[in-house]
Amino acid sequence: MSTTTVEPTTVTLTLREALKQSLRDALIRDERVFLMGEDIGAYGGCFAVTMGLLDEFGPERIRDTPLSEVAIIGTAIGAAMNGMRPIAEIMTCNFSLLALDQIVNNAATLLHMSGGQFNVPVVIRTTAGAGKQLAAQHSHSFEPIFAHIPGIRVLSVATHEDARGVLCQALEDPDPVVLFEYPRIMTMEAEVPVEPAPVDLGSAAIRRAGSDVTLVTYGAIQHTVLEAAATLAKDGIDAEVIDLRSLRPLDDATVLASVARTHRAVVVEEPWRTLGVGAEVAARITEEAFYDLDAPVGRIASAEVPMPYAKHLEEAALPQVPAIVAAVHRVMHRG
Amino acid sequence: MTERPSHATELAPPPDVSREHGVHLLREMLRIRRFEERCVELYSAAKIRGFLHLYIGEEAIATGVMATLEEDDAVVSTYREHGHAIAKGIGMGPIMAEMFGKVDGVARGRGGSMHLFDAATRFYGGNAIVAGGIPLAVGVALADRMQGRDRVTVCFFGEGAVDEGAFHESINLASLWDVPVLFACENNRYSMGMALERAEAQTDLALKAASYAVPAWHVDGMDVLAVEEGTRRAITAIRGGGGPVFIEYETYRFRAHSMYDPDLYRDPAEVEAWKQRDPIPALIGTLKQLGHLDDVGVAALEAEVEAEIDEAVAFAEDAPLEPVEDLHRFVTSEVAP
Repeated sequence: MSTTTVEPTTVTLTLREALKQSLRDALIRDERVFLMGEDIGAYGGCFAVTMGLLDEFGPERIRDTPLSEVAIIGTAIGAAMNGMRPIAEIMTCNFSLLALDQIVNNAATLLHMSGGQFNVPVVIRTTAGAGKQLAAQHSHSFEPIFAHIPGIRVLSVATHEDARGVLCQALEDPDPVVLFEYPRIMTMEAEVPVEPAPVDLGSAAIRRAGSDVTLVTYGAIQHTVLEAAATLAKDGIDAEVIDLRSLRPLDDATVLASVARTHRAVVVEEPWRTLGVGAEVAARITEEAFYDLDAPVGRIASAEVPMPYAKHLEEAALPQVPAIVAAVHRVMHRG
Repeated sequence: MTERPSHATELAPPPDVSREHGVHLLREMLRIRRFEERCVELYSAAKIRGFLHLYIGEEAIATGVMATLEEDDAVVSTYREHGHAIAKGIGMGPIMAEMFGKVDGVARGRGGSMHLFDAATRFYGGNAIVAGGIPLAVGVALADRMQGRDRVTVCFFGEGAVDEGAFHESINLASLWDVPVLFACENNRYSMGMALERAEAQTDLALKAASYAVPAWHVDGMDVLAVEEGTRRAITAIRGGGGPVFIEYETYRFRAHSMYDPDLYRDPAEVEAWKQRDPIPALIGTLKQLGHLDDVGVAALEAEVEAEIDEAVAFAEDAPLEPVEDLHRFVTSEVAP
């Protein structure tokens, strides 16, 4: 006699767990993959994403490094050029500036400068964003700095399903990938299917379908944008929310198709407004869909100040629901 | 290798050298010297543009180091890398074509003099960010070790790179992880116009390396046999699993930093004194003493080298330019490996 048990079809997990699952899958799937970074091993990762991996995979593949960002990234680049698939971690994107020389002058240039001879399949994980009262040297959002550079792919991962699939996709890329994660939402839980579905982070994702206005965003702030969309729905405004996910290259098609339906757009991002990804998206909408627009493209971003420590000031510097709602009202009342 | 800092070691005079090997070393040094002299002419004729950093005076190092390597060992170099590239075995034609900005150049004309690359000979590039290639070399070597390949990576850099944090971060990591890399520091005493003693509070560079628990020693970079001997000792140790070694090659560039440099910062008497130690006449003298070579032999070598350079220049002249339509190629890979 047999009994039938019903296997659960969904599982609840945090974003941190989803990222760890992605790293584990990558390490199991491909023996060329190894991790290197500060405190990723014995400590378990400064945001606990790599907790337990040292015990499971050993010190050859989970490599704790000294506080040497240039050496971490430069060594990962060299290993990538010579047959390995390193995943290098830089705790925060503020620290990544120490390694910017290696990322920009080596990782991004070597394939082109060598006439196509040396590709650099390195994955660089880092974090961005405020919200934990960590002040101006641990809270910034530098996605636009990296998205400015030809030769690297820049991905932003802020949902559980994306987190589970991100490294699989990043490691398939023969060229450098800079991956932004977000400490503010690491403990956020979601119910997802037990079996990870394939994801394509190269394309933008429509997080909420809507017909009245297109809200283009990426990263952790998209959860604030989704809140704003819920508020707008109560006002009778049906907002479409697009998560760009890939900041270089940009998925213009998804954005332009949405704007063609809604005729209005607001870009919302956590980095500073000047010369940001939002500025680029707004420019592309204006270039490619000017006659679809019923109003100028709106922009919401963080205040142009170094991120302050005090909670009320940090909140004031970040895009919040009321500001997003107000920006949408402005574009709805125009045109 | 358990041996720890022997930074003050001065090697004994080199032993005898066979005729065949001695002539090989001389030919390699002549190839580099004459190639670069021709580059100067071509620069004046505006066939070569951009920066051109000459290695003239330092040929013994590239030549002596390469004599100790296997074909599949890797090299990471700097913007003063013509000598390394030639000695590693990259054809002069594709190197010259690169300087001409032609598509048949080693990097399709995208890199020029400072950025020679050749995957076939495992030449990981001329890197023009001072010390920028050092962590990269650690990574190349680490990858060989992790994949169980018995290969060594030689990382060339000048003494100016020791000013940079990248050097210190990288040699420390290489030491911690026992990475099979030779840190080959070509100390030509000036980083552009900055004299070593004005840039470094501690001018014994091997001593700095030794502080990272890396075996380190000095080698006379003006004597190709000493270079070979001192390097072979390092390569043997590295290949035996002993981790990285640092060698400070004491040398001098006879020419200015680049074609733009009026060379106002060096005493002409100092330059003259170093020219007296030119490694090429020195080796010719040794080979003559040993009865391995005479003036006729030297002239024959010179003629052979000149013919090779003529051919390289003709190759570069005849090579086409890369079509402008290809400008965007290789920003990203065209096919997944």
